[in-house]
Amino acid sequence: MAARKSTKKPNVSAEELKQYYRDMLLIRRFEEKAGQLYGMGLIGGFCHLYIGQEAVVVGLEAAAEEGDKRVTTYRDHGHMLACGMDPKGVMAELTGREDGYSRGKGGSMHMFSTDKHFYGGHGIVGANVPLGAGLAFADKYLENNRVTFTYFGDGAANQGQVYETFNMSALWQLPVVFVIENNQYAMGTSQQRSTSSPDIYHRGEAFGIPGEMVDGMDVLAVKEAGDKAVAHCRSGKGPYILEIKTYRYRGHSMSDPAKYRTREEVQKMREEKDAIEHVRDLLISGGHASEEDLKAIDKEIKDVVNGSADFAKDSPEPATDELWTDIIADVAPQNA
Amino acid sequence: MATEILMPALSPTMEEGTLAKWLVKEGDTVNAGDIMAEIETDKATMEFEAVDEGTIGKILIEDGTEGVKVNTPIAVLLEEGESADDIDTASSAPPPAAKDDSDEADAPKSAPAEAKAPATPKSDTSPDWPEGTEMQSMTVREALNTAMAEEMRRDDTVFVMGEEVAEYEGAYKITQNLLDEFGAKRVIDTPITEHGFAGIGVGASWGGLRPVVEFMTWNFAMQAIDQIINSAAKTLYMSGGQMGSPIVFRGPNGAAARVGAQHSQDYAAWYAQVPGLRVVQPYSAACAKGLLKSAIRDPNPVVFLENEILYGKSFEVPKMDDFTIPFGKAKIWREGSDVTIVSFGIGMTYALEAAEKLAEDGIDAEVIDLRTLRPMDTDTVIKSVMKTNRCVTVEEGWPVPSIGSYISSVLMQKAFDYLDAPVINCTGKDVPMPYAANLEKLALTSTTEVIDAVRQVTYR
Repeated sequence: MAARKSTKKPNVSAEELKQYYRDMLLIRRFEEKAGQLYGMGLIGGFCHLYIGQEAVVVGLEAAAEEGDKRVTTYRDHGHMLACGMDPKGVMAELTGREDGYSRGKGGSMHMFSTDKHFYGGHGIVGANVPLGAGLAFADKYLENNRVTFTYFGDGAANQGQVYETFNMSALWQLPVVFVIENNQYAMGTSQQRSTSSPDIYHRGEAFGIPGEMVDGMDVLAVKEAGDKAVAHCRSGKGPYILEIKTYRYRGHSMSDPAKYRTREEVQKMREEKDAIEHVRDLLISGGHASEEDLKAIDKEIKDVVNGSADFAKDSPEPATDELWTDIIADVAPQNA
Repeated sequence: MATEILMPALSPTMEEGTLAKWLVKEGDTVNAGDIMAEIETDKATMEFEAVDEGTIGKILIEDGTEGVKVNTPIAVLLEEGESADDIDTASSAPPPAAKDDSDEADAPKSAPAEAKAPATPKSDTSPDWPEGTEMQSMTVREALNTAMAEEMRRDDTVFVMGEEVAEYEGAYKITQNLLDEFGAKRVIDTPITEHGFAGIGVGASWGGLRPVVEFMTWNFAMQAIDQIINSAAKTLYMSGGQMGSPIVFRGPNGAAARVGAQHSQDYAAWYAQVPGLRVVQPYSAACAKGLLKSAIRDPNPVVFLENEILYGKSFEVPKMDDFTIPFGKAKIWREGSDVTIVSFGIGMTYALEAAEKLAEDGIDAEVIDLRTLRPMDTDTVIKSVMKTNRCVTVEEGWPVPSIGSYISSVLMQKAFDYLDAPVINCTGKDVPMPYAANLEKLALTSTTEVIDAVRQVTYR
C-alpha cells in the first residue's frame, strides 16, 4: 500500500505514546467485552465492533482541539471512547439501560454527547456525511474556528450524497475533514468488487478537495495526517479528505460469518500490522516503558472495561414511561 | 478464578445452535481473539473467538452437538496458575440474559398517546388575533415572505437555503428581496442536490443554527426524505433528549396544474405519520404567516406544506408586530349545525365553496381547517361532530391511507354514539396524476364531490 508511513523516528513524547497505547487498548478491550456481552444476550440487535481500526480514531483525536466536532456511522464505539465519552455510559447504552448515553433508546448505533461534541452514531450508510458538513457549515457561519471530523467507510464512499456533500463543502469552503475509514470491506463486498477506482481519496480532486492516503495501522501516521488536515481546514481553505487504510478483524456485525475473506488474511494483518502492537514495540524498543509498565496499563484498562460491563449490567432498564419522552422538544436541548 | 465459556448468541435472533467443531483442545492456551470453535446458527457457520486469555481446562459440550441453548456453559477457561482441579469452583449458573419484559404488568399501553383524548374534548376556539385588530390584504406568497423576513430580523441564526432562493428570488418568488436585505451569508443558493442540502441543513441545526430549507417543490424532497425522517425527526429520541433538530423544510406541495404525475403529489399523510415531526399545511395568508413564524421558532423539525395555487390568493392578515399561531389548534372557518366538513390546505377551497352552495339549499355546514396535521387538533373535530353528527373530510392526497381515514377512525373511537351516518372521505383518486386536462380534473377532488358527500351523510 502506498499509504503515508511515519518512517522517521517518532517525534512524540513517551507520554503521548503511552496515551495512544492506553486509548487504543481501551477500545480493543471494550469491544472484546461488548462482543462477550453480545454473546451472553445482554446486547441485542446490531453490534459493529471496531477491533483492528483503533489507530484511526486515536490518531485523529490527537489532532483535534477542544470544541472540534465528530460524527460517524454505526461502527461508532471507538469514536465515542476516543473523544472521551465515559465507557460506562457507552456500555450501558449497548445493554439498553437507563444510564446509557441515550437512556437506552439509541443502542449501539445511536449515541450522542453534546459535551464531547459527538454528533452520532448514524445507521444509514452515507447519511452522516452531509450531516457532518452541516455541522461545519454552522461553525463557519458562527465563525468559531472549529473543525468537524466526518467519518465514513469505503462502502459509504459510493453513496451519491457523499458527492453532493463534497461539492457543496468545496463550494462553500466548509471546515470539514472527510475521514474515509477504508477497512476494505463494505459489509461482505471487497473494495475491488464495489469500487471502480481503488484510491478513494482521489475522488475529491473533481471538486478541488485535496486528499491523501494514510496508513491506518500506524497511529503516528494518522496523527501527522490529521494535523495537516486540521490545519488546512482551520486556515479557511475548506475541506480535506483522508483515506485511512485500516482493517477490521471481526465480522461486519456480530452475525457475520465473514466467509468473504480467508482466516489467513485476517491473521496476517493481526500479526504483522496490528496498531497496538506497533506502539507497544515503540514503547519498549525506545526504552519508554517496561513490560511491567505496560502490564500495569493493561490491568488498569481491564478494570475500566470490567467496571463498565458491571455498570451496564446493573443499570436498570429504562422506565416504561420513557417510551413517550423525547419525541417533541419544548426547547432545543443543545441550545438550552 | 476459572471462568465458564458460554454458548454465544451470534445473531440478533439466535436462541440455540450447533457446536460444529472445536478448534482448540483441553490444555491449549488461548489469547483474546483466537478462534476457538465453529458454531452453526440458523443462518451461517460462525467462528467463535476467545475474549480472555487462559488455558482450556475442560470442554463441556462435544463437537457436533446440536440444539445447544445460548448461555449454556460449553467449556472452562483457566487463568494463569490454575489447574483443572479448580473447575468445580466455577459458577454453574449462567449469567442473567437480558430481561424480557414483554408481558410485564407495567408494560406501556399499546395505544398511541393521541388516542387518549379526554371524554369531553377540550377544543381551543379562541380567535387567532384580538378583536378590533387592524387588517390588511395580503397574498399567501407575501405572508410567507414577510414571516421569513421578520424571523430573520429577530434571530441571526435563521438562514434560508435552497434552489434558486437567492439571486433568482425563489422559483415561486417566496424569497423575494431576502438576498437584498440579509445578504449571501443568510440566503443561500444551493446546487440541485436535495439529499445533500437537506442533510447539511439538519447538521447545521445541530450546530446551533435555525435553517429554513426550501424545496422547490415537495416532490423533489423525496430525494431527501431519509434526512427528514431518519436524521431530523428521530435524533431527539435516539439521543435520549440531548439533541434536537430545529429546522423548517418548506415548499409547495400537491398538485399545481397540468404538471403531470411526478410533480403533483400531496405528502400530508406521508409526513403526518412520523413521530418527531411537526407537519403544517396552511390555507390562508394569515395562517401561513402565523404558522411559519411559529415553525421557525420551534425547536423541532417542521414540515411546512404550501400550495402553488394558493400562493397568489389574497386574505386578510392582522397588522401586528409579532403574530404567531400555535400548532395543534384548528380553525373553525364557518359555524354550522348540519354537518362537519374537515379539511386543510387547498382542500379548504372546496370545503368552503361547498358550504356556501349547500347553505343555499338550507344545509348548514361547519367547516374546520386543521392547519397542523401533527399535532392534529382532533378535539375540535370531535366536539363539532358531537353537535352535527355527520362528517365529511376533504383533501387532495391519495385515499390509502389518508388524513381523512385517520379522522374517521378517531371519530369511530371517540364519537361513535354521536354519528348518524358513516364518515365520507373526499380524496384525490387512487391513481398517478394524469396530464390531460379532463383527466386531471377527475383525479382531484372537487366542490361537487364534497356537496355530494354532504348530501349522502345528511340524507338530503
